[in-house]
Amino acid sequence: MAFVSQAVDRVFKMNVEMMGLQLLLPEIFVLTMACIVLVLDLFLHDRNRVVTYGLSQLTLFGALALVIALADGDSHTAMFGTYVADPMASLAKAFVMLVVFAVFLYSKDYLRQRDLFKGEYYVLGLFGVLGMMVMISAHSYLTLYLGLELLSLSLYAMVAFHRDSGVASEAAMKYFVLGALASGMLLYGMSLIYGITGSLNIAEVAASIGAMAELELALIFALSFVVLGLAFKLGAVPFHMWIPDVYHGAPTCVTLFIGSAPKIAAFAMAMRLLAESLGGVQADWGGMLAILAVLSLAVGNVIAIAQANLKRMLAYSTISHVGFLLLGILSGTVEGYASALFYAITYAIMAAAAFGMIILLSRTGFEADTLEDFKGLNARSPWHAFLMLLVMFSMAGVPPTVGFYAKLAVIQAVVGVDLLWLALVAVFFSIIGAFYYLRVVKLMYFDEPLDSQPLEYGTDMHVAISVNGLAILLLGLFPGALMSACMAAMGL
Amino acid sequence: MLENYLPILVFIGIGVVIGAIAIAVGFLLGPHKPDSEKNSPYECGFEAFEDSRMKFDVRYYLVAILFIIFDLEIAFLFPWAIVLEDIGLFGFLAMVLFLGILVIGFIYEWKKGALEWE
Amino acid sequence: MELVYLAIPLAPLIGAILAGLFGGRLGRAGAHSVTIAGVGIAFLLSLFVFKHHVIDGAAVFNGSVYTWMVSDGIRFEIGFLVDNLTVLMINVVTFVSLMVHIYTIGYMADDAHNWPQESLAGRNSYQRFFSYIALFTFAMLMLVMSNNFLQLFFGWEAVGLVSYLLIGFWSTRPTAIFANLKAFLVNRVGDFGFLLGIAAVLMYFNSLDYWDVFAAAPAMADVSIEIFDGHAWSLMSVICILLFIGAMGKSAQVPLHVWLPDSMEGPTPISALIHAATMVTAGIFMVARMSPLFELSETALSFVLVIGAITAFFMGLLGLVQNDIKRVVAYSTLSQLGYMTVALGASAYAASIFHLMTHAFFKALLFLAAGSVIIAMHHDQDMRNMGGLRKYMPITWITSLIGSLALIGTPFFSGYFSKDSIIEAVHLSQIPGSGFAYAAVLAGVFITALYSFRMYFLVFHGKPRMDEHTREHLHETPWVVTLPLVLLAIPSIFAGYWMEPILFGEYFDGVIQVAPAHDGLAQLGGHFHGTVAFALHAFVNPAFYLAVAGVLTAWYIYMVNPGLADRAQRSFSGVHRLLVNKYYADDFNQAVFAGGARGIGYALWNLGDRVIIDGLIVNGSARVVSWVAAFTRHVQTGYLYHYAFAMILGLLALISWTVFMR
Repeated sequence: MAFVSQAVDRVFKMNVEMMGLQLLLPEIFVLTMACIVLVLDLFLHDRNRVVTYGLSQLTLFGALALVIALADGDSHTAMFGTYVADPMASLAKAFVMLVVFAVFLYSKDYLRQRDLFKGEYYVLGLFGVLGMMVMISAHSYLTLYLGLELLSLSLYAMVAFHRDSGVASEAAMKYFVLGALASGMLLYGMSLIYGITGSLNIAEVAASIGAMAELELALIFALSFVVLGLAFKLGAVPFHMWIPDVYHGAPTCVTLFIGSAPKIAAFAMAMRLLAESLGGVQADWGGMLAILAVLSLAVGNVIAIAQANLKRMLAYSTISHVGFLLLGILSGTVEGYASALFYAITYAIMAAAAFGMIILLSRTGFEADTLEDFKGLNARSPWHAFLMLLVMFSMAGVPPTVGFYAKLAVIQAVVGVDLLWLALVAVFFSIIGAFYYLRVVKLMYFDEPLDSQPLEYGTDMHVAISVNGLAILLLGLFPGALMSACMAAMGL
Repeated sequence: MLENYLPILVFIGIGVVIGAIAIAVGFLLGPHKPDSEKNSPYECGFEAFEDSRMKFDVRYYLVAILFIIFDLEIAFLFPWAIVLEDIGLFGFLAMVLFLGILVIGFIYEWKKGALEWE
Repeated sequence: MELVYLAIPLAPLIGAILAGLFGGRLGRAGAHSVTIAGVGIAFLLSLFVFKHHVIDGAAVFNGSVYTWMVSDGIRFEIGFLVDNLTVLMINVVTFVSLMVHIYTIGYMADDAHNWPQESLAGRNSYQRFFSYIALFTFAMLMLVMSNNFLQLFFGWEAVGLVSYLLIGFWSTRPTAIFANLKAFLVNRVGDFGFLLGIAAVLMYFNSLDYWDVFAAAPAMADVSIEIFDGHAWSLMSVICILLFIGAMGKSAQVPLHVWLPDSMEGPTPISALIHAATMVTAGIFMVARMSPLFELSETALSFVLVIGAITAFFMGLLGLVQNDIKRVVAYSTLSQLGYMTVALGASAYAASIFHLMTHAFFKALLFLAAGSVIIAMHHDQDMRNMGGLRKYMPITWITSLIGSLALIGTPFFSGYFSKDSIIEAVHLSQIPGSGFAYAAVLAGVFITALYSFRMYFLVFHGKPRMDEHTREHLHETPWVVTLPLVLLAIPSIFAGYWMEPILFGEYFDGVIQVAPAHDGLAQLGGHFHGTVAFALHAFVNPAFYLAVAGVLTAWYIYMVNPGLADRAQRSFSGVHRLLVNKYYADDFNQAVFAGGARGIGYALWNLGDRVIIDGLIVNGSARVVSWVAAFTRHVQTGYLYHYAFAMILGLLALISWTVFMR
């Protein structure tokens, strides 16, 4: 027996150290807890479902603590170079946890009012979080793809979560088919790159491209497919078609999930794919992203004006924000990457607050997802009207909210690489975009309420959304700390 | 180089011959009493000639999906079993972990009633 | 120490937030407790900072607390510059503000009567008022403690904003709304110049930090710029005059003075706060802070001097014909601000700041005393209805007398030391316009004495002229009102004895820079033989006799021979009408600026807005937008295969772009 335990010890010690498993602790923790929650939930009575909720939140909290504890400001690879833990990963993961924490909290009452308060929402959410973490920390194309699929599959199932809703099922079906198409193309692009460079490892691909005397046409061909996969995930025009239908069709709590944290993960994916592995062909993907960014800014901002449904309007607004995010990435400088990371994080926070407000106004048997439902909110609840005002101002980019600073940083980065025309386009469409955000403010403050029912919300919801809304203001007043964290994450 | 393919050619030849013999023997020796059921092509449980856009019972898919998962698991176990000696205890434990996660899924579907037809 | 500096502005801010957002829950006592605690803490810490810097002689602190952002190498920061000037200002601001806070408890006690019953704004108005005045204190502290132009501008605007809220506090009164709008608009004019000045600083110095700018300024002294082709202007003159235009708005100098008398529509405590310690002194403080810049431009100094002299003399005259007790004090403030500005123009920055300090005490005292009278008179402010109040309100009477004596510059009172040193400094100044300024300030002394004692005699002496009902209820105001009066009366008498270190000593060394050629105070210091000697010197000064003449005239006209005033009014009816109409400045503004702006606005609206913007841009672009939206809505069909097709097309576009455009 002693021999066996010695052998086990040796094997484990050797492998744990060799593979750097300790770096994967947050992922291992989330996976374990997700499995535990899944099994435990099976044996819970409906009235004890809150245990599932509590455990899920605990998981996020624990994972956040682990991420922070493991962050040492250096970059380490693990699992034979397929996984990387670096400052960007820590920062992105930490904000994914925080945002999902808020998402779970906002969803609780909403699910309960609709008899949807099931363990699956939280389990799928946790697997989605795991997928995001894997995406963020991927250092090989396969890991990246694995994370992407884990996230996407969770999201497909979540969209279809409300089984009796025809709209939701339709949205899920569209999302699934288009998502499968996009991920097939992404995989095809990756395989082409593998064929050209002979490796799937991000660092090796980068080194191999760097060593090329002349760029092969096939590489550009592969790049197009990779950019497509990425653009689909982010929702950039013309790969955005799923966004309005899915945002609109999915239950609001799922829209909340899809619309917030995955943007951070998608940004990380763009960084790993484009900046880290394909940095050698920055000129080419920079051009592609510029086209996508301009189209996204134009289409997102213009069509949003015609929407009467707030969820749909926010979907188009997402598309326009993705345009900004792409601007930061395409500049190809460290400042640009940092500003895009800042943008992704703050956008996730804003989106969580915006959809959170829809949930807050909804109640049993009533969805407050049209613009009409926000009429006269100031008369019904001045504080919540103020919070929504902050969110709308921030999305429109009005100082002193954080949205202004995020836009400013991105535009600065773009101007910094002498792409003045892009900056002008961005500003021009932001001004058009300000119209539909400010229309919401106008409805809240200057119109008579259509609905005089008091708002229903729990204390936790009230506190969380207040913190979320004020965070938008505070980050706008004091953006320095987060901005320097983003700079540090990009190695500045 | 081409001689390497000779055994394959021989195999194909023998296969064709044996197949032909089996069919010929059946044709020559078997009784011939055809009826309508026997003449219809075999299709597991469905009518053979009607509109293909009919409604299926969703449980078919459920079972089929579950089947694929566990089928692939077996397919994965074969190569693992072959190299088990090389990858040692660590490889063994990794597979245990993999199976453990599958078992969690199995518990879930069992408890949810996905394995019961009615 | 950094924490202490940070705590000084933050304590009132926290009080303001608590009282403002949770006023309903805190109740009245809770609201005034938290704001008074906040301002009280700030005052105590200011005293501590005073001990640290002035008594223990600690080094000047200049550091940033938070970097908001860095753009093209320019740092936008929140930071503090704590030197002796800042120390003096924060002590004055927090002390006066604390007094005003305490006083407000009494003044606003029955504020509910000031609101129409159905008005929602009247709910929790008491708490809201405390929140505003604490916020005001915060804004002013941020302004004076700043170490860079950005934060200065923030404080500047915040002060303006809160003053807007406070002047229009009784928002159901049309006059209050008109007054606060006026204050806001007039300040806007000044702020525009100020902002241009800051922009010019940023453009040529590439920094917003005071010390960077001051260090680089001498090298820029001879730079000239051409704003219009062919006219070269000295850069420093342009910057200083632009900055001073901002000061003219805030410190109410002619012609941007029109907002200040109207701002009396606000409750009296804020009149004391705005006109004594905070808002109006911001401009004076700013110019003193910028002394290294102003010293480089004689043109700017001369401009400052002339504007100040005009304000000091002509605004004082207006005080003579006012009947509203608060307006008299308001015009006296305008005139005293003129004195401070004159001192700035004569490079006697120290004298200006010294007068700012003494004035803060006695002017706050006079305002609060006027408010005390107003409380006793049941919110009647007309002096023609008062008289003989001395018997009913002994504390208010004595403290008012002290304040008036200080104001007119009676020897041994604080006002004498500061005002007389200004007059002497102007006398010694060589800057163009100083002769006119000297005449103006000397004449101003007589006017000051006349209107001050006109008010004093009309209110406290003579026969009671109020109706029977009011007289029966006349009594001294409660202790929360009289205590601040007494506490303010003390420095009104004694603050002057601190003149030696401030004016002639080393107090402002390294803080305020004066070119040797301009330094009138140093010459004055050569003849200085102690404060008592300085006070006794009054008896050989024309200023003293002018003041005495003013008091005696007031006594004769309003006590001995009351009919004289009316006769004088009739025989000089033209002058009187001119004064009553405030030199027609308001009418001029109404007709020319407001009317002109409306005319231009109408023209622009007609042509620019209706034809070009509405017709072409708004409706045109709306048509384009709706056309685009309709078109793209058709693209968003909802069919899966259309979506997939769009993706494929997009992919093809990407590939062809990269292949053909490379």
